[in-house]
Amino acid sequence: MAETTHGTGGLKYDSSRRSWPNEFNIFIALVIIVAIFEVLGQLLPYMNGQSFLFDTNDRFDSIFNEARLRIIILQVAIIGIISLGVTQVIISGGIDLSSGPLVAATAMIVMSFAQTELVNGNPNPKAVFGDWAFDLPVIVPIIVGLIFGAFIGAINGILIAFTRIPPFIATLGMFLICRGIAQWWTRGQPVSFPTESYAALGAGMMPVVWFIMLAVVCHVLLRYTVYGKHTYAIGSNEDAARMSGINVRRHKVLIYMIASMLAAFAAIILSSKNLTAQSGMGLFYELYAIAMAVIGGVSLTGGRGSIIGTVLGAMVFGVIQSGFTYIKLDAYFQIMAMGAIIISAVVLDKWRQQRAATRI
Amino acid sequence: MSDIILETRDLTKYYGGVHALEGADFTLRKGEHVAIMGDNGAGKSTFVRQITGVEPRTRGEIIFDGKPVHFDGPLDARQAGIEAVFQTLALADDLDVSDNLFLGREKTWANWLGPFRFLDYKAMRADTIAALEKTAVKIPNIRNTIQYMSGGQRQCVAIARTATFHSKLTIMDEPTAALGVQETAQVENIIRTLKEQGEPLILISHNMRQVMDLVDRIIVFRRGRIVANLNKDDTDGQDVVAYITGAKTQPEYAGAA
Repeated sequence: MAETTHGTGGLKYDSSRRSWPNEFNIFIALVIIVAIFEVLGQLLPYMNGQSFLFDTNDRFDSIFNEARLRIIILQVAIIGIISLGVTQVIISGGIDLSSGPLVAATAMIVMSFAQTELVNGNPNPKAVFGDWAFDLPVIVPIIVGLIFGAFIGAINGILIAFTRIPPFIATLGMFLICRGIAQWWTRGQPVSFPTESYAALGAGMMPVVWFIMLAVVCHVLLRYTVYGKHTYAIGSNEDAARMSGINVRRHKVLIYMIASMLAAFAAIILSSKNLTAQSGMGLFYELYAIAMAVIGGVSLTGGRGSIIGTVLGAMVFGVIQSGFTYIKLDAYFQIMAMGAIIISAVVLDKWRQQRAATRI
Repeated sequence: MSDIILETRDLTKYYGGVHALEGADFTLRKGEHVAIMGDNGAGKSTFVRQITGVEPRTRGEIIFDGKPVHFDGPLDARQAGIEAVFQTLALADDLDVSDNLFLGREKTWANWLGPFRFLDYKAMRADTIAALEKTAVKIPNIRNTIQYMSGGQRQCVAIARTATFHSKLTIMDEPTAALGVQETAQVENIIRTLKEQGEPLILISHNMRQVMDLVDRIIVFRRGRIVANLNKDDTDGQDVVAYITGAKTQPEYAGAA
């Protein structure tokens, strides 16, 4: 029996009865999922003994299959950035369905301010504005994008906080509005040919760098600042938060603004990586971002979850996607299996909470 | 005037045709502990809900700390310095003890960061332990979230919160109704601490022993009206029960009953 100094009134505290941090469970799930794919790879007759995790080519001096790891992390990085904001919204007891279309709308708008004048010596065939919008400094499209994100997020937040309509409805409306904006902006035409400095934002492994940096920032925000504490408090017991003097309305607007700015930043990175923006991009991103958070242990009832959990949830998401491709599962089945996994994650979380509640 | 913290004049509340509270004249001096007793439906809780701004009053005046006040909600009352512990506790289940104790008034550093200013966990936890130890509240681990705590521990946290932040007036609505013997003793200890610190208290309770132990004065409500204003030293349990049941009414309130 271990004791700590945290007990008061001379009570002994048995730390062996403390529940594990939820993040640890997700990490174990991640390890188990990797192991399952590794075993499947060895067992399935059509796999020819390829390894999921390890380097079997022996051409390089590496233990792991670095190419696959890179692809996994690169695949989840951009949706992962959205998921960081969605995590905060869900912890506060809300939901944000507008992030996918917001990515499309922001990418279209931002790309219009990031175009270069000459493509291989010819005038840019996809030009949206006149000459003044060519070859602007890279900071211009970034700021335009973040302001647009903040604006959409503020509308979401104000609707939810002041008219008290459910977050599901408010952001569902914004979902359609943003998709409409994305299509109207250029009447459906893609916007392409960014400047070199803009293209550098999302080139190579840059999305991963941004994801890690923003994850650290969001982790600090949620864990160590008043903003984070109040976000958890509102998700946990909104009335208690209000009674404690927290300005719940203002705080909600702030949370939705931050979430939408993160989605807008993801749009910048995505359009830079793809070198183009299309009105149809970001399909299902809002659902995948919610899925990453939920797999990562963020409770849809609010008050529970963490950025570390969401990052691990994103990794689980990426590993499963990559694993399905690795065992050559049909693309149609991949989407179905993903749905099943999200449902099981929520069921497991509920089951775990109930078990924790019965062993006080 | 100067030593009266709270005064109500003709405080009245009707719920439609139901006269829940009728013409309550009440004064509370600084440092005084007063109990409100009465049968169920006598108007005790209604009286408290008017003072704390939970409901708008039908008629009457509330003078708090020398000024007439009109609270739009419990938050208003709290900011004015009235701290209330309600039967439904205002705690956030997913936060731990010190988070709840300091919710809305966190200790912070780097305050220029506005809403993103940093929490001073160390100071808050140290203060929490000190506050709980002073009130002899027993919590196994202050870093446990509230959801894993018993009703008594929750109640103690809620009350420790009111005791930690020096308010001008504390109101407790049946704070020990759902508690066991030991937990009740802890809550009573906190109330004694408040008395030593000279902080005024309005206590609603059905527990005659508790009331006789803790307060200076007993106000008895019956059918929405005040029927007695008794000094503890001039009365006893029998006497109070007589007022509660309607066997007796003080002459100055005779018109009420």
